[in-house]
Amino acid sequence: MSRITERFQQLRARGRTALIPFVTAGDPTPAVTVPLMHAMVESGVDLIELGVPFSDPIADGPVIQRATERALAHDVSLDDVLEMVREFRTRDASTPVLLMGYLNPIEVMGYATFAAKAQAVGLDGALIVDAPPEESHELVQTLKAHDLDLVYLLAPTSNEARIVRIGEVASGFVYYVSVKGVTGAGHLDTTAVAEHVELIKSLIDLPVGVGFGIHDPAAAARVARVADAVIVGSAIVSRIEALAATPERIQGAVGDFLAGLRRAIDEVSNDVS
Amino acid sequence: MSTVSGLRSSASSDGPGAARSYHWPDASGHFGPYGGMFVPETLMHPLEELRAAYERYLGDPEFLAELDADLRDYVGRPSPLYHAERWSRELGGAQIFLKREDLNHTGAHKVNNTIGQALLARRMGKTRIIAETGAGQHGVASATVAARLGLECVVYMGEVDIARQKANVYRMRLLGARVVSVTSGSRTLKDALNEAMRDWVTNVDNTFYIIGTVAGPHPYPAMVRDFQAVIGREARAQILERTGRLPDALVACVGGGSNAIGLFHPFIEDGAVAIHGVEAAGDGLATGRHAAPLCAGRPGVLHGNRTYLMEDARGQIVATHSISAGLDYPGVGPEHAWLKDTGRAHYDAVTDEEALAAFHHLTRTEGIIPALESSHALAYVQKLAPTMRKDQTIIVNLSGRGDKDMHTVAQHDGLVL
Repeated sequence: MSRITERFQQLRARGRTALIPFVTAGDPTPAVTVPLMHAMVESGVDLIELGVPFSDPIADGPVIQRATERALAHDVSLDDVLEMVREFRTRDASTPVLLMGYLNPIEVMGYATFAAKAQAVGLDGALIVDAPPEESHELVQTLKAHDLDLVYLLAPTSNEARIVRIGEVASGFVYYVSVKGVTGAGHLDTTAVAEHVELIKSLIDLPVGVGFGIHDPAAAARVARVADAVIVGSAIVSRIEALAATPERIQGAVGDFLAGLRRAIDEVSNDVS
Repeated sequence: MSTVSGLRSSASSDGPGAARSYHWPDASGHFGPYGGMFVPETLMHPLEELRAAYERYLGDPEFLAELDADLRDYVGRPSPLYHAERWSRELGGAQIFLKREDLNHTGAHKVNNTIGQALLARRMGKTRIIAETGAGQHGVASATVAARLGLECVVYMGEVDIARQKANVYRMRLLGARVVSVTSGSRTLKDALNEAMRDWVTNVDNTFYIIGTVAGPHPYPAMVRDFQAVIGREARAQILERTGRLPDALVACVGGGSNAIGLFHPFIEDGAVAIHGVEAAGDGLATGRHAAPLCAGRPGVLHGNRTYLMEDARGQIVATHSISAGLDYPGVGPEHAWLKDTGRAHYDAVTDEEALAAFHHLTRTEGIIPALESSHALAYVQKLAPTMRKDQTIIVNLSGRGDKDMHTVAQHDGLVL
């Protein structure tokens, strides 16, 4: 069983909704990332999404675009990100880590090389934003052969046939994009999200995480009522951006923000149980 | 040919004995390993809707009749095939024929495609169109059809391109479009495309994204090609009428590659016709400052398709350079990647200096001021024609006119207008 699947089973047994933060690896500098990952675990997160910087992030809004540019200013590559995972694993053997990014750096490295390296450093899976199931048959087979999960996106525009198809290839969990838009976008319609998550759960048997547009504890709590995981990216990255000139303050600020989200989510989870 | 667009006749048969063996893309939108639909999940369903609508209207006589009438009465098709006798004589080799896409309404081939996509947008009930633009020609062509059909229009354009194509920016604004300056990344065409994709993901319910070239996710490369193939169908009929036989060579510039594929496509199965695509070598391929992914790049995934790219060893897309904003793009249409790998087409590159020399040469010998993009094709013809016999023929796509480039050329010559 993968570390991601195991983690969701533990959470379900405890009646707890997962909190998943996203940070761009190497933002604002490479030295910040691994200590920040440990600090986020101490603040109560259950799984970490680590963004791989790419020059042309078409699914990302301005906040994560700028994070990408800060990381690329330090030439942070896919190899560098995998090294960060290796370093993280020396002190944390249990928190799942998922890479999130775009296909081209993996294309250039080669699927087999990527999968072998990823397994060796203790990565748990990947979410490739621009690799829908139609284009990722070979990638998903290669990752599975190395015990890595491939997490797929589902969107408000995904119809039932697509949800079923994605459920057949995805593993670990599925990531429901709560709004039509890019990361960090607009406001979340909780009622529409609830309906979609219910539909997804009726069709496939994987945990459902919800992300995009969750900026504060209140929104996290509303999503926690319906989802298995609450995913928060831009709201964290904008805090990192504000402190880019004083990186020693990033861990504290992000930790406090995540602890607030954790409390809000747990209050709801406890209501349910 | 019974219709202006030619789409009706191509849908049924391509004429006597034309058993078509070239059938790309396949059903999943791939040209061999290239092409495809590498997009976020949110766009998969809209792309499927677009594919279904396009396939439906491609066989709809009413749609095709409207397209044909617009191409004839609004664009001014068919565009002439002009025998550049003086230029041919000076070069001392093959007879050169210019396909005069510069004479189209709005001054370039781009309008062939925007007319088609805008008619499709209206039939799909979309009220808002968006476009990306480099040189501004596609932006102008999109703003033009939007004005005519009463659709809201937003054009994304890199900050760098806005600075070097001021006249086209003003044209778009006159036509009622909102021009959004893109300040991310390299602030050129690729970043404008990124920003247009982000807009589309956000406003997918009411918005139609008019991609200006034969790149992007399926069905765009095939759809844009089909709208642009009117160039090659006309040229084929015109050269047969004029000379009684097919040309010996075709030449077109390749940025994303829509004017080139438009000329090439109807000739792909004519094996004796040599096909030459010309990329922008910028300061020279050896300098790294160029925009020639087919000549000096390698395959990767960008903007929804797998194709040749300008990228570094880690898979990051690198900055490109060309004096021509319309060729300043790190990718290329996936069908060109496939035509390169299969050897059906040959790709080469010419530098900024060579393109400028050809720009001046054609202007002085024929009284035709070409776009800097098209000047790359002309520069290649200047090398190719002298190696051929005087009874051989070349068709070169004069894809746009040079009015928009006055500022750039004057600046290069040390003048301020």
